[in-house]
Amino acid sequence: MAGSDTKRSQPLWLLAELTYRCPLQCPYCSNPVEIAKYNNELGTEDWLRVLQQARKMGATQLGFSGGEPLVRRDLEELIGEARRLGYYTNLITSGVGMDRDRVKAFKEAGLDHIQISFQASNEELNNFLGGTKSFRHKQEMARVVKEFEYPMVLNIVLHRKNVDQIRDILDMTVELNADYVELASTQYYGWSRVNIDQLLPTREQLARAEVVAKEYQEKMKEKMKIIYVIPDYFENRPKACMNGWGAIFLTIAPDGSALPCHAAAQLPGLEFPNVKDHSIDHIWNDSDAFNKYRGFDWMQEPCRSCPEKEKDFGGCRCQAYMLTGDATNADPVCDKSPHHGKLHADVDRIGGLSGTKEFESKPLVFRNMRNSKELSGETAAAA
Amino acid sequence: MNDIPEIAPTFRFQWEEAQDCYVILYPEGMVKLSGSAGEIMKRVNGSHNTDEIIADLKSAFPGVELDNDVRNFLDNARDNGWIRYKT
Repeated sequence: MAGSDTKRSQPLWLLAELTYRCPLQCPYCSNPVEIAKYNNELGTEDWLRVLQQARKMGATQLGFSGGEPLVRRDLEELIGEARRLGYYTNLITSGVGMDRDRVKAFKEAGLDHIQISFQASNEELNNFLGGTKSFRHKQEMARVVKEFEYPMVLNIVLHRKNVDQIRDILDMTVELNADYVELASTQYYGWSRVNIDQLLPTREQLARAEVVAKEYQEKMKEKMKIIYVIPDYFENRPKACMNGWGAIFLTIAPDGSALPCHAAAQLPGLEFPNVKDHSIDHIWNDSDAFNKYRGFDWMQEPCRSCPEKEKDFGGCRCQAYMLTGDATNADPVCDKSPHHGKLHADVDRIGGLSGTKEFESKPLVFRNMRNSKELSGETAAAA
Repeated sequence: MNDIPEIAPTFRFQWEEAQDCYVILYPEGMVKLSGSAGEIMKRVNGSHNTDEIIADLKSAFPGVELDNDVRNFLDNARDNGWIRYKT
């Protein structure tokens, strides 16, 4: 499905990143570090056009995301139009900025599903990681979401600071009647890459967490679906990232740039088309950016001749670029990559240092506009 | 009267033009249904019981022996959480 020689791909999944503004400051945020540069948000009319065009091309799943999508006052209007067009609409939120009236208004507008993130299962750590007093409000909102009969996903990003509490986290999700739980291991893009030394779990932590996750998957299988995936840095085969470049995923960033995945903005030498200038049809089918890593012709060895290339598409382009400097290399998570040894050595270096006092006391860099300006400024100065 | 199936509120069922088939939609996911599965599911509307659904299918597809297939499909749909029975 990911080749020009097979059936034309369709953007089945549209991720609408409505804004990078967010009341939370999670240090593992997958948004780009350069969020402060996105001060040119699309207006309502632009978004309505994007929704219409993508739906016509076969998009079915629509995620309203961010930043915090609740910041947008036109969210109800966008949900209403999305529902009229026949999308399955997912709201991916921290819950901050939500109240009972808004949950009700979303229901009336036709919202299908709400996903709420928690940072931890206890108030202190949750509020510390999010940089806001949000824990009790999130719990309250989760109850309201179920009261209105939405399917509810609770998403908890796992890392070294909270993975040992996986049992408490799962007990909390059971208590809140989640239909699905995503125990999302931190992926090291954007802000989490900046904070990797503080966030990467140890192999021992992961081994313990996996036992608990499996226990709850079995115990809760009639009531709740628990999705638990170990961080790919610990694997020997890469993930089938985005199910292949330009295969099913289409992300629109707050400024209207169209991306084959939400982390792709960092890749060099690509000019991502903007929905203000081009139709979704043109962007998906004809733009250089969306064709760049489609199919298999762009691959180098060891991917090019690998029998598994149709399964994992060579892994993640962003990870290949971040860890090897060349986005056409194999994702170094793969043990066939010549860079694999270096990645696992780095994992072990962090594992060896973690727990030591001086290492753990290094402060986290929180995701906020001030830190974004500082970090992007540094990048610009270094370039 | 206690075997009237309906679509569970946490799932959505609809015709999907771009896929040319009926689909079941749920958070961040989609299942494409076969032609016969779609024919069964579109009769699951919270007002007809299983026998009535089977009778309706038989009149739409005369001569097809479908009782067991329909019951098996509805059992699977319930196990998947797509449908529930009104009580």
